[in-house]
Amino acid sequence: MSPVLEPVVPLSARRRTVPRWLRRTTGPLLLLVLWQVCSATGVLPSDILASPGTIARTASDLLEDGTLPHAMLVSVQRVLIGLVLGGVIGVSLALVSGLSRLGEDLVDASVQMLRSIPWVGMIPLFIIWMGIGEAPKIALIALGVTFHLYLNVYAGIRGVDAQLIEAGTALGLGRWGLIRHVVLPGALPGAMTGLRYSLATAWLALVFGETINADDGIGFLLNRAREFFQTDVIVVCLIVYAALGLLADAIVRTLERLLLQWRPNFTGK
Amino acid sequence: MATELHRQVNPPEQRVNPPERDARPGEEGGSDDAAVRVRSLTRSFDGRAVIDDLHLDVRTGEFVALLGRSGCGKSTLLRVLAGLDREIEGEVLAPRRKAVAFQAPRLMPWKKVWRNVLLGLPGRPGRAVAERALKEVGLGHRVDAWPKTLSGGEAQRASLARALVREPDLLLLDEPFGALDALTRITAQQLVAELWQRRGCAVLLVTHDVEEALLLADRVLVMDGGVIAHQVRVDRDRPRDIADPLLAELRTELLGRLGVRAPEPAVNEVV
Repeated sequence: MSPVLEPVVPLSARRRTVPRWLRRTTGPLLLLVLWQVCSATGVLPSDILASPGTIARTASDLLEDGTLPHAMLVSVQRVLIGLVLGGVIGVSLALVSGLSRLGEDLVDASVQMLRSIPWVGMIPLFIIWMGIGEAPKIALIALGVTFHLYLNVYAGIRGVDAQLIEAGTALGLGRWGLIRHVVLPGALPGAMTGLRYSLATAWLALVFGETINADDGIGFLLNRAREFFQTDVIVVCLIVYAALGLLADAIVRTLERLLLQWRPNFTGK
Repeated sequence: MATELHRQVNPPEQRVNPPERDARPGEEGGSDDAAVRVRSLTRSFDGRAVIDDLHLDVRTGEFVALLGRSGCGKSTLLRVLAGLDREIEGEVLAPRRKAVAFQAPRLMPWKKVWRNVLLGLPGRPGRAVAERALKEVGLGHRVDAWPKTLSGGEAQRASLARALVREPDLLLLDEPFGALDALTRITAQQLVAELWQRRGCAVLLVTHDVEEALLLADRVLVMDGGVIAHQVRVDRDRPRDIADPLLAELRTELLGRLGVRAPEPAVNEVV
C-alpha cells in the first residue's frame, strides 16, 4: 500500500497577518495606555508618577521656554569635556603600557589597582579637592572614561595577532611602521568597545555628578523637581538622559561602521 | 625512459673531484652565485637543538624544496633565513632582498588588498605598482577588496603578489599551499612555477607534500635530526607530470626517507 502523502508547505506561504514591528510595538503601547488609564482614574496619583499626557505637555513646555535645551547643552558639554579628557589620559596610558614592556610594568599595576576603587566613591574626595563647581563633575566623568578606555585599548594592543606582527617584520616594517600599520589598526576594535563602555559610564557619572550638587544642567532640573514633587519633570529628565545615551550609542555605531568596515562579520549595517 | 637523473651529492664511493672535506647533503660548495649559504647553523629551543649543525647552499635562481616531518625544524630554518629568528649560532648568508609567503596569507585585514601589497616597501610606491603585481598573480579584479572578503586561494595569491612586488633575490615559501583545497592548490602551484620561471629568483619552498616538491623544485631536500639528511635532484623539464615514472620513483624514495612506505599499487598504476 502506498503511504499517505502530504504537502510540505513553504514557510513563505504562511501569510503573516500583522507585521513583526507592529506586534513588537504593541506591548509598550499597551503599557503606556494602561499607565494613562491608571493616572486618569486616580489609581496612580500624580505625586507618585505623572501621567504620560502630563509628561508630554511638561516636556514641550520645558522645550519651549528654553529650560530643557539649556540644561541639555550644559550636560552634554560636561560629558564631552570629560570624555575628551578621560579619553586622552586612558588612551595615552594604554599606549604606554601596551607598546612597551617597561611601560607595562610602570603603568599597568597602578591602573589595575586604582581601577578596583569604585569611582562613585571618589565624589567626596573630589568635592574636597575641587569644590562644587564644574571641575569635580568633569573629573568624575573623565575618571570613569579613563579606566574603560585604558582596559580595552590595552587589551586590543596586546591582542593583535603575533603572526601579523611577524609578517610586518618580514615585510621590512620598523618599530614605528609596525605600530602604525599593524598594532594600532589591530587594536581599533577593542578601542571601539572601550569607547562604547566609556560613553555609558560617562552618562552614569554625569547623573551622579549632577545629582549631588549642581546649579545647572539636567541634574539640576531633576533635583529642583524633586523638591517640588514634580514627577512629570523628573520623568522628562530621565527620558532626556536615556535619549542622549541612545544618541551617543548611535554615534559610536556610525563611527564603527566607518572605521571597521574591513570586518566582514560586522553587523551594524 | 627514465634515466638516473638524481644523485646524492658526493657519496664517498662515487666522488670524482674530492673536495677539501666531506660535503654534506644540502651543501654545494661553490659560493660565487650563492643565494643562500648556511654553515654550522644551530638553533635550540630550551636546550633542545631543533637545527643542529646544518649546512645548506642555494644557488641564485634555484628552486629548492625542503621536506620533513612536522616538527623537524624546516619552518624554523625558513624563519632563520627570513631574519625572523636570530637566536642562532653559526654562519647564515641570505640576500638582503628577500620575501616570505606564509602558510596563512597574513594580510592585514584593515588594509585593502593593494595597500597590503605595498606595505613596507621603501619609498612611496604608487597604486599602479600594486596593480601590476596583483595582475601578475591573476588578482587584477580584487585590487580594492578587503582581505577578509577574499577566498583562500585569492588571499594566498595576494600574499604571493606582496612577496613578489619586493623583487626578491630569495623567495621563502612556508607551506603556502597547505591550507588550500586540492583544486586551488594545483592552480597555485602552477602559478608559482610560472612566476619563478619569469622572475628567476631563488626559491626555498617548505612543504610536506612530496609531489608538490617534485613538481616544482630543482632539488628536493629532506630535513631530519636537525640537518639536511638527504637530497635528490629533479632534472626534468617543466611543466612536469606527476605520472612521470621518474617522479614516481623519486616519490617512493623520498617517502621512504620521510618514514612513509608508499603503497605498491599506487606506484604500479603509474606505469
